[in-house]
Amino acid sequence: MKFMDEYRDADLARKFAREIQRITTRPWKIMEVCGGQTHAIVKFGIDELLPKRIELIHGPGCPVCVTPLEVIDQALEIAARPGVIFTSFGDMLRVPGSTTDLLSVKGQGGDVRIVYSPLDAVKIAELNPAKEVVFFGVGFETTAPATAMAIYQAAQKGLNNFSMLVSHVLVPPAIEALMSSPDCRVQAFLAAGHVCTVMGYEEYFPLAKKYHVPIVITGFEPLDILHGVLLTVQQLESGRAEVENQYARAVCREGNLPAQDLIKKVFRVVPRKWRGVGEIPESGLGLADNYTAFDAAKKFGLSDRQVDEPAECIAGLILQGLKKPHECPAFGTRCTPEHPFGATMVSSEGACAAYYRYRRHDAAEMAGAK
Amino acid sequence: MRAPDFSAACPVPIGQYPHVLLAHGGGGTLMHQLLENVFGRAFSNPILDTHHDSAQFTVPACRLAMTTDSYVVRPIFFPGGDIGSMAIHGTVNDLAMSGARPLYLSCGFIIEEGLPMESLWRVVCSMRDAAVKCGVQIVTGDTKVVDKGKGDGLYINTTGIGVIEHEQIISPQNVQPGDVVIVSGDLGRHGMAIMAVREGLQFEADIESDSAPVHEPVLQLIKSGIEIHCLRDLTRGGLASALNEIAESAGVKIAVEQKSIPVREDVHAACEMLGLDPLHVANEGRFVAFVAARDAARALKILRGFEVSADAALIGRIAEKSAPLVVLKSELGVGRILDMPSGEQLPRIC
Repeated sequence: MKFMDEYRDADLARKFAREIQRITTRPWKIMEVCGGQTHAIVKFGIDELLPKRIELIHGPGCPVCVTPLEVIDQALEIAARPGVIFTSFGDMLRVPGSTTDLLSVKGQGGDVRIVYSPLDAVKIAELNPAKEVVFFGVGFETTAPATAMAIYQAAQKGLNNFSMLVSHVLVPPAIEALMSSPDCRVQAFLAAGHVCTVMGYEEYFPLAKKYHVPIVITGFEPLDILHGVLLTVQQLESGRAEVENQYARAVCREGNLPAQDLIKKVFRVVPRKWRGVGEIPESGLGLADNYTAFDAAKKFGLSDRQVDEPAECIAGLILQGLKKPHECPAFGTRCTPEHPFGATMVSSEGACAAYYRYRRHDAAEMAGAK
Repeated sequence: MRAPDFSAACPVPIGQYPHVLLAHGGGGTLMHQLLENVFGRAFSNPILDTHHDSAQFTVPACRLAMTTDSYVVRPIFFPGGDIGSMAIHGTVNDLAMSGARPLYLSCGFIIEEGLPMESLWRVVCSMRDAAVKCGVQIVTGDTKVVDKGKGDGLYINTTGIGVIEHEQIISPQNVQPGDVVIVSGDLGRHGMAIMAVREGLQFEADIESDSAPVHEPVLQLIKSGIEIHCLRDLTRGGLASALNEIAESAGVKIAVEQKSIPVREDVHAACEMLGLDPLHVANEGRFVAFVAARDAARALKILRGFEVSADAALIGRIAEKSAPLVVLKSELGVGRILDMPSGEQLPRIC
């Protein structure tokens, strides 16, 4: 396929891998922030091409995984109400809340629908004026412009039967939170290319300087990731800590300005709890004052609540790069994609699900179970 | 078999009711009209025309294969096919996976009140055409009409009987280390065609379902003396599910190579966009064959001689007797597990 196969070329991949091998003199721990990159790394086996001294740590960049249990529970509560059409991106449907998931709510009669764009949810609201249509607005900066546009359009159209359960999160504050943790093992970051397509990469310069950490904006195909690792290792080996853009074919320094304007218009920056990580200041987007009429949590009178994660789940440690999935005693045995303990096992971008899907045989061997 | 004396363009033979009514399943005059004028007229053959409670026929003295499947696809018409042709192809293909020559089919219709009679007629005509093409006769059937809102337009069940006119044992337990794995054509077209119409997704190219009968190439493989150890048609769950099922039943490790697996560019692009894996997406006219290695080249040549399996490809081998496992060598040459999809494939957020 054009514009894709070129980035999956096995010979070029091996050339990158050899060059990385050649310049690596010490062990380095590099975090890929985005779940899409984790998925590609495990699916294509990119990490197995790298020298053993390079460890890729899988970061918290899977929006499905970090959506807090409390918000999932709110979604389940709204979706189960009569007269509601609850719309969501597909992979939120299997994420377990405290007791059930959206697929089960659908099975019990809830009107839960998969949409491919938040604007489809607005259309559904227009077509069903007697129903309350709610969209589950999750994701990083990548999906924020589309959810912002949905709210903006709903306001323009004067739709009062449309609302959104918003749980958007932001990448740079999460990087800051990771780097400021005393347990942090990360020495460099592959930043998420698509987030930067929207936001640009101006925000990363202060982070690279403050924590003396290389940050390389990286794409999602195998050659992108290998190239990103090469640029990162070059910086690490020469003691530099700069922001570099590997994904120049999609990302420019200032990003997509109209998209950023729309985000600023509709949302405001709020503190946000990350599932498995905890609250991170200024790390989320909530509805701006002019748009609070579209806040589903308010509209349905849902209170803030605190819910405990399953005690056995180590998703938090995995999302912070402190543990690998197969180091969890429940991995692949009591916790599987069919019966997930935590969200990292549910989303295909979650590190646990990626390891289960592509690696559980190796994991079993590593653990000496086989 | 006698050629049909009407075409799909024929006017609907029940003019006075444009929609199916509950009364069409009520056992009275309307039901008789429906049976006579729609099903009887389209499917007419000597066995069906006896109008007995059960069909009577004689089969050669050999092993028989029997299978049943229910079809609930939505929408009932989609690019490249419809629920009717699919209900014939699917059951014919299940019989073919035993190496059986398909002979007779039953079909049960569950119709939701309000279905346009014209839609029913189109489906029935399509079934008739598919049955003629597959050389099978529909010899018995049943019709029920359910209340509006209690069905999804139309559900069809077909059961098929075929004769096994060879001595080969075609079953998962017969798969052996060294066998080659051959897939009969490109993957994922049916699933993506349905997804495109169901979800209103606009792709640049129209992706048509691969729904088609595969019994002819299978029977030719057998006739040519190809040592087939197992056959499995690829439906829901795609190639990944089929390979995992066989690995499980046979207790083997299967090794396949990503770059040998045929996937059309438009299907690949649509899957990439939605975050789906073509190896998990449904097909309706594809199968995977496990064949003795020495017959690999000949089997491929035979398959490629039929339109439905023109893109057949050798995609891997049975590695060894082991704990059940399917390993896929990625484009980069690194091995990883090819897993069964967990439930329905859900499009990713980003």
